[in-house]
Amino acid sequence: MNKFSFFEATSVEEALEQVNSTVSATIQPNASPGASVLKAGGIDLLDLMKEGLSKPEKLVSINNIPQLKEITFDEKKGLSLGAGITLAEISANARIKADYFALHQAASKAATPQIRNMATLGGNLAQRTRCWYFRSKYHECYRKGSSTCFAQIGENEYHAILVNADCASVHASSLATAIMAFDAAIEITGKEGKVKIVSMNEFFVSPDVDRKRETILEAGEIITAVILPKVKENMKSHYIKMGERESNDWPLAEVAVVVELNGEKCKKANIVLGAVAPVPLVSESAIEAIKGQTINEQTARAASIAAMTNATPLSQNAYKVPIFETIIKRALLALL
Amino acid sequence: MMMETKKIKLPHGIPDYNLTEIEREIPTNEPPAWPVNNELKVVGKRINRTGALAQVTGTATFTADVLLSGMLYGKMLRAEFPHAKITSIDPSAAENYPGVFAVHIFDNMIEGANPKDTEQHDYPEVKYAGQPILGVAAISDEVAEEALQLVKVGYEYKDFVVDLDEARKEGSPVVFTTDVDQEASDGGEEIEEGLKSQGNVRGPSEGSFYGGPRGDLEKGFTEADIIIERTYRTQVQTHVPMETHGVVVDYNKGDVTVYASTQSTKGVRNDFADHFGLQKSKVRVIADFTGGGFGAKHGLGNFGVMAGHLSKKSGRPVKLMLDRKEEHISAGNRPNSIQYMKLGAIRDGTLSALSLVSYGTAGVGLGAGVGHIAQAMYECPNFKMQQYDVFTNAGPGAAFRAPGNVQGAFALEQIIDELAVKLNMDQLRLRDVIDKSTIRKVERQRGAKLFNWSKPEKAGSDEGVIKKGVGVAQAHWPRFINLDSTVEIRVMRDGAVEVRSAVQDIGTGTKTILAQVVAEELGLNVEDITVLIGDTLFPIGPSSGGSIVTGSITPPARNAAYEIKLKLLDIAAGRLETETENIITKDGFFIMKDNPDKKLHFKDVLSRMRTEQITATASRSDDYGGFLNGTWLGYGELGSVQFAEVTVDTETGFIKVDRVVAAHSCGRPLNMAQIESQVNGGIIQGVAYALYENRVMDKETGHQMNANIDFYKMPYSFEIPEIEIEMIEDYGARTSTDATGIGEPANIATAAAIANAVYNAIGIRIYDLPITPARVLAALNKVKKNNDE
Repeated sequence: MNKFSFFEATSVEEALEQVNSTVSATIQPNASPGASVLKAGGIDLLDLMKEGLSKPEKLVSINNIPQLKEITFDEKKGLSLGAGITLAEISANARIKADYFALHQAASKAATPQIRNMATLGGNLAQRTRCWYFRSKYHECYRKGSSTCFAQIGENEYHAILVNADCASVHASSLATAIMAFDAAIEITGKEGKVKIVSMNEFFVSPDVDRKRETILEAGEIITAVILPKVKENMKSHYIKMGERESNDWPLAEVAVVVELNGEKCKKANIVLGAVAPVPLVSESAIEAIKGQTINEQTARAASIAAMTNATPLSQNAYKVPIFETIIKRALLALL
Repeated sequence: MMMETKKIKLPHGIPDYNLTEIEREIPTNEPPAWPVNNELKVVGKRINRTGALAQVTGTATFTADVLLSGMLYGKMLRAEFPHAKITSIDPSAAENYPGVFAVHIFDNMIEGANPKDTEQHDYPEVKYAGQPILGVAAISDEVAEEALQLVKVGYEYKDFVVDLDEARKEGSPVVFTTDVDQEASDGGEEIEEGLKSQGNVRGPSEGSFYGGPRGDLEKGFTEADIIIERTYRTQVQTHVPMETHGVVVDYNKGDVTVYASTQSTKGVRNDFADHFGLQKSKVRVIADFTGGGFGAKHGLGNFGVMAGHLSKKSGRPVKLMLDRKEEHISAGNRPNSIQYMKLGAIRDGTLSALSLVSYGTAGVGLGAGVGHIAQAMYECPNFKMQQYDVFTNAGPGAAFRAPGNVQGAFALEQIIDELAVKLNMDQLRLRDVIDKSTIRKVERQRGAKLFNWSKPEKAGSDEGVIKKGVGVAQAHWPRFINLDSTVEIRVMRDGAVEVRSAVQDIGTGTKTILAQVVAEELGLNVEDITVLIGDTLFPIGPSSGGSIVTGSITPPARNAAYEIKLKLLDIAAGRLETETENIITKDGFFIMKDNPDKKLHFKDVLSRMRTEQITATASRSDDYGGFLNGTWLGYGELGSVQFAEVTVDTETGFIKVDRVVAAHSCGRPLNMAQIESQVNGGIIQGVAYALYENRVMDKETGHQMNANIDFYKMPYSFEIPEIEIEMIEDYGARTSTDATGIGEPANIATAAAIANAVYNAIGIRIYDLPITPARVLAALNKVKKNNDE
């Protein structure tokens, strides 16, 4: 790991005055020296630095900014979660458990207890992919500016099975899968306190749009909050993660479903898949299949198969298709 | 010179089965026989581990914790390409970097196979990605790393191969262009000398220390009613001890001290003395606490050589610990295997023929055989095996907890299971027919009772999506002995009792059992004994490999304690005015047999010694009744039988190992708590081997993609089954303690038992390890082939 200086920011404004780059920008081969970047829990950033992929000269810690720790509820807007709250805090929050159960589940099953104590909501959303080619300093992959995605013909058992033509990495954030299913919005604060609200879809950047980044965040911007819309009476949610291990592991497949029910009939649904593509993916075909249907074994199965119709697995990861089909079905049935 | 002998009776056999007494002729200076464990006070009991408090509170000093005055930190530059000739190295910028005290360039590699190559090279050829090239010593790890980035290396790239199947093909890039040999380590990997290579394939080796082929294979298969022919594949498993390999070397003008995370203080000492041309007495190796070792920590290693040179050049102590990535890539692994096995059997279950052809790769090293288990475990008159090593451009393999036999058991115990199914015979009943081992027979009986085993339902017959299954597998492990095992015991007037030996405790509890044996002999408690081991200033002990330590070091410990006791009895007899034969030692007292009220405290006796201290030194004597082979292979075996229960989700392919029952033996068990720890560890490592661990090499670039513990999957708490252990006392009457080790036997049968249970659950057999969701789903035909295939 390279030498760096460390700045402890006490406010969002102070933090943004100090930074001049993003972590993603530091990973590019032509990264300019002197980068100063944000550090929240440091889980992702320190791994990137240890591998020598990111060499910022200054880390600006945003771990002790009171604004980022706030949780507020507004009857109209919904629940606003400060970007600095930890996964452990999300997991322990009673309101989240009651109203946004899928998010509670995703936060509870991510990583280890130790990591959950450090990892923050904002950092989790902004983290880079865990693709082992991207994470290797010996592989100048597509995401690092070259034209080669090593996973296409290489070791791709953990890689994407949808939207994987350019880059077969999967997005690393389990929280994003759940948050997207709730149609949440992200509050981003820029320099001089300029605030913008974007949808989760707008927040994540697909590699065919820009291979060098995974989010729209620019230098001088910071996620300040995630806003979960107020839940309706008839709303239910569920999240399933399937890993090779039950303990701390990355998902082979994960799904979050949020539905509005009329009895057992699905009035409205949102189904989001994780560990499936370079970005968390709303499965329009699964939603289409289940909407207006009574949820049962048959309709749940139909929706799960619809979700995988367009799958384009690589040489070693076709096994993910039946796993997704299973967990989508099970997540829907778990709502009953 | 004829040794004077006496005849004594010792317990022999298995309590509640066939326990009896046997007469053996033993040296006159050895102690009388101990009775079976339930008549002993300290031995065989659950005794808390010596040093446990220090370990759990973080005050124990591991090599990684050693801090010496003026100490520097060493780091090595590693090759970024899997196969290359080094044309130039320019280390000048690193040498001049502030904070750097020494730079050293390797002139040869001491790990892996040695080519019989007479050609002179400026630098060793790079044969795998991650091979060390040079090292620097600097004031901190960070400065050392920065300096390494300034070194300029010129490469001439060569074609490479990292895949076992590719490397076997004609026309594949060749790793070694000449024949190679390699000295086996004390870890016990089997390497046959002098075999020829063709391309990357070396061998075959057709025998082991159990002999060569038997009978006539063709005849055996002709006689067979049933023939099963299968191909099994096992993966590369890397070493992931808690403490990585590493040393601190203080060269100090040739009066060298090496702190090492090692399984062999003497191995490190001998390697260091050899490499630096020093007398052994000039090299002191200390391993106070070692954070685990599974077979790869027997020698000095390239890293140790480097630390030695850097310390010699800089005149300062140098610490060089591998990081986790280096540990995966360069510090040893269990080679993979492809095993072609063919079994012939008669309708009653009797085996008529067994043939095994195996290929495996230990990367740039040798030792990729699959062991002797197929040869040794069952009666089969017609047997042949041919084992080949295949070289690839990957880090060298190393001994790994029952080297070869874990791979071998996966194949053998699945084919036996398959035979039982074909014969519609209970798996245990079949083994009663073909297995002549008494200890395993008892293990099958008692294990089956604890597990509640009955002949399994038809495979795959469990209703529903989530299916349960049960399976069983057996293991064989030889009883290895190392006679070069010496213990010194000192007692002092102030009451101190010290046990001293260079033998190391790698976390298995060697310190504790030494204290127990000496305490038992002297009538004391474990707390009264100070165990000072892991230091080559003391008499040399065995390496921690082959499950050899307990059976090698505890008999001399007891014998030395007995010699001390005889001297103390003389003093006590004088004080009590009686004969020595009339005194027993018990609960810290010397007590008159015919008048128990007359007694002397142990410390009183010691205070009467003529000198400040008395010492006794004993080396391991021959086994009572001789050896099976040489002076290193004893009679008896460390058999085991393990039962597994699994749940398989047939929609996701997810496997959960719910329960493992393990029936084991290790002669006279010395400490039940520590034995259970070993068996637990062996089973957990076996679960990991069965389901999770797998080194992933990228064929296109030659790098390991999961050289971390994030994507190299170790089992954590949820992955660990409920484990129940049936420990069987098995008295062989072979030494004064009659104890043996158990580390390796605990690991052999687990993966096969799990594989058999998975078959029983889903009705389809999986022949490849690890058994991942991907493999289960493919076996269940739930994965659509994509267009590429």
